Amino acid sequence: MRREPARTFSDLLPLLFPAAVLVVFFVIPFGIMVAVSFFRRQQGGFYTVDFVVANYERFLTPFFGSVLGFSLFLAMAVAVCCVVVALPFTSFLSGCSRRVQVVWLVGILAILSLSEVIIGFAWSTLFSRTAGIGNLLAALGLMEAPKALLPGFGAVLTGMIYQALPFTILLLYPSLMRLDPSLLEAARTLGASPLRGFVSVVVPALRHTIAATLIMVFVFALGSYLLPQILGRPQHWTLSVLITDQAIYQSNMPFAAAMAVFLVLISLALVGLVLLVGGRREAA
Amino acid sequence: MSALTLEGVTKRFGSLVAVDDVSLTVLKGTFVCLLGPSGCGKTTLLRLIAGLEAPSAGRILLAGAEVTGLPTHKRDFGMVFQSLALFPHLSVRDNIAYPLRIRGAAKAEWESRVGELLDLVHLQDHGERPVSRLSGGQRQRVAIARALAVSPRLFLLDEPLSALDAKLREAMQVELRQLQQKLGITTIVVTHDQREAMTMADLVVVMGDGRIHQAAAPVEIYRKPADAFVADFIGSTNLLDIAASGSSQALFDGVPLPGVILPAGVQRARLSIRPEDVRLTDPANATLTGRVTFLRDLGGTVETFVEAADTTIVAVSTRREQTQVAAGEQIGIRLPAEACVVLTR
Repeated sequence: MRREPARTFSDLLPLLFPAAVLVVFFVIPFGIMVAVSFFRRQQGGFYTVDFVVANYERFLTPFFGSVLGFSLFLAMAVAVCCVVVALPFTSFLSGCSRRVQVVWLVGILAILSLSEVIIGFAWSTLFSRTAGIGNLLAALGLMEAPKALLPGFGAVLTGMIYQALPFTILLLYPSLMRLDPSLLEAARTLGASPLRGFVSVVVPALRHTIAATLIMVFVFALGSYLLPQILGRPQHWTLSVLITDQAIYQSNMPFAAAMAVFLVLISLALVGLVLLVGGRREAA
Repeated sequence: MSALTLEGVTKRFGSLVAVDDVSLTVLKGTFVCLLGPSGCGKTTLLRLIAGLEAPSAGRILLAGAEVTGLPTHKRDFGMVFQSLALFPHLSVRDNIAYPLRIRGAAKAEWESRVGELLDLVHLQDHGERPVSRLSGGQRQRVAIARALAVSPRLFLLDEPLSALDAKLREAMQVELRQLQQKLGITTIVVTHDQREAMTMADLVVVMGDGRIHQAAAPVEIYRKPADAFVADFIGSTNLLDIAASGSSQALFDGVPLPGVILPAGVQRARLSIRPEDVRLTDPANATLTGRVTFLRDLGGTVETFVEAADTTIVAVSTRREQTQVAAGEQIGIRLPAEACVVLTR
C-alpha cells in the first residue's frame, strides 16, 4: 500500500467524523474531569473554580497507594487467569465443527450480556452458606460443614473472571481460527506431546494476540466497582469503588476526578510499558 | 526387509469411508508416491500412518512392530505438511533444532546437527533468518531439514511441492529424490501430480475412492494399468469396449483385433491403448477404419481424433510419421497387440 501525505482539505474529510466522535465523547469529558480535579471542594456544596493541588496531595497517602496497588494487582490477576483459562478452551473450540462453535459462541455472548449486578448477586448466592456450593462440597465430603465462601478475595476474583472470561474468549477466537492447525500437528510429529506442542508452538505463535488480550482484559477489569463491593471485604475494594464513593456519597467531585485521572494515567503507563517491552523483543 | 506394513487399514468419518481396507507393504529405503485425484483418501492415509488420525479398523506395523495405537510424538517420523507448518516465531535454525531440543539434546549436539542439515539443504547462510523472510523454495527446504533432523524412521510428505511454481517444482522433485537416495530413508509422498510421482517414486500407489487400485513401479503403472481407473488417471489413454468371440478372440464392434485375447470365461472387457501406440495407416490394410474428426497440431506432435463405431480414438504421432490426412477423411487404424492392455475390472 502506498501512503501519500494529504494534500488538500478534502483528503482529510474521511477522518473528520471519527475525530469529532473522539473529541465529543472522550477529549471533552476527560478535559472536564482534569479541570474539576484542580477545583476547590466546597464542604456541603459542590465545588468552586480554582487551581489547587490538594486533591492530588491527599492521594499520596499509604492508604490510597495500597488501594491503587490492590486495584492494579486485581486487574492483572483477572487478566492473567482469564487468558490462561481462555487460551486452551478457545484453541479447543476452534478445532470443533462450525455448529458446535456457534452454540458455544452464542452461550458466551449470552453471559456477556448479563449485567455486573446480576453476576454479583448470583455469585453471592452461590458462595453463601445456606444456598451455596459449600453444601455441594459438604455433600461430596470435600468440606466438613457448609461454609460461606464470601466475602473474600477468592470470591471477588471468581466473580470478575466469570465476567471477563467471555470477553477474553471473543478476543482470542479470531486469531485462533486463523492459526494454521497443522502447526500443532507438526510439533507432534516432531516429538512434542500435545501439551508441550501447545506451550512451545501455539502460545509463542500467538504472543502478540495474547499481549493485546491481556491489556484489554486488564483495562476491562480495572473499571469493575460492583463485584468487589458485593463479593469482597473493604480491603478488597478497588480504586473504582472509592471513586464512586467520593463522587456519589461524599459529593467530593474534585477528589473523585483526581483519583480517576490518576487511574487513567497509571493504566496508560502500564499499557505503554507492555507495548514498549513487546516492541523491543520484536526488534531483537 | 519391510519398513512399513498396512493391514486392512480403514478410516470412516461418520458414513463417509475415507480409507477403505488398505493393505500395503513398503520395503526399507523405498520412495513411495500415493497418487490419486483430490478426495481419494491419500492424505487421510498419510495422516493415519503419521498417527494424526486413528484408524477405524486395521493395523499399522513399522519394521514388524505394531504402532497402530502409538501417539504421534512417540513414532519418530518426519513429516512435511502441505502448508509446511514452519513455526513463525522461530528462526530457520531454531525451527530445525526444535525436534532435537524437544528430545533434550545438548546445545553442542543440536548445533552441530543443525549445521549438517543446513548444509544438506544448501541453506548454510540462512540459519539466523526468520522463516517469514525466506522464498518458497527455501521454506520448503527448511521444512524438509526439520523433518529429517532426528533421522526419522519414516519420512512423510503431504503434497510438499504444490505451493511452488512449475519450474521450481520440477527442480525440487529431482532434489528430493536425490536427497532420499543419499540418505536411504523410507519415504512416502502424497501427490495428485502424476509427473511428480513418475519422477520420484520407486513405487506408485494409485488410489481412488479410498481404495488402492494399483501399487507398482512407475513404468509398470503406465504400461500395464490394473484397471480402467488407473489407465485413465495415469497419462491419457483410449478405452475401447471389447467382447469375446467363441475362441476368446477380442472383438471391437464385431471386428476381430488380431493378437488380443480375453482371459478365459470373460465375455466383456475394456481395452486400453496409449495414443502414442495407435498406428494410422491406409484404410486398405488396417484393422479398423474411421473418420478423422479433428486434428490438433502441437508442432512437435500431432493428435489425430478418429471416430470408429461411436468411440473416439486418439492417435499421437510425430511429424515425421504423420500421414497426410484432413478432417472428414476416412483413415485406417492398427492397434499393435503388444501395446494393448485388456482390463477386466
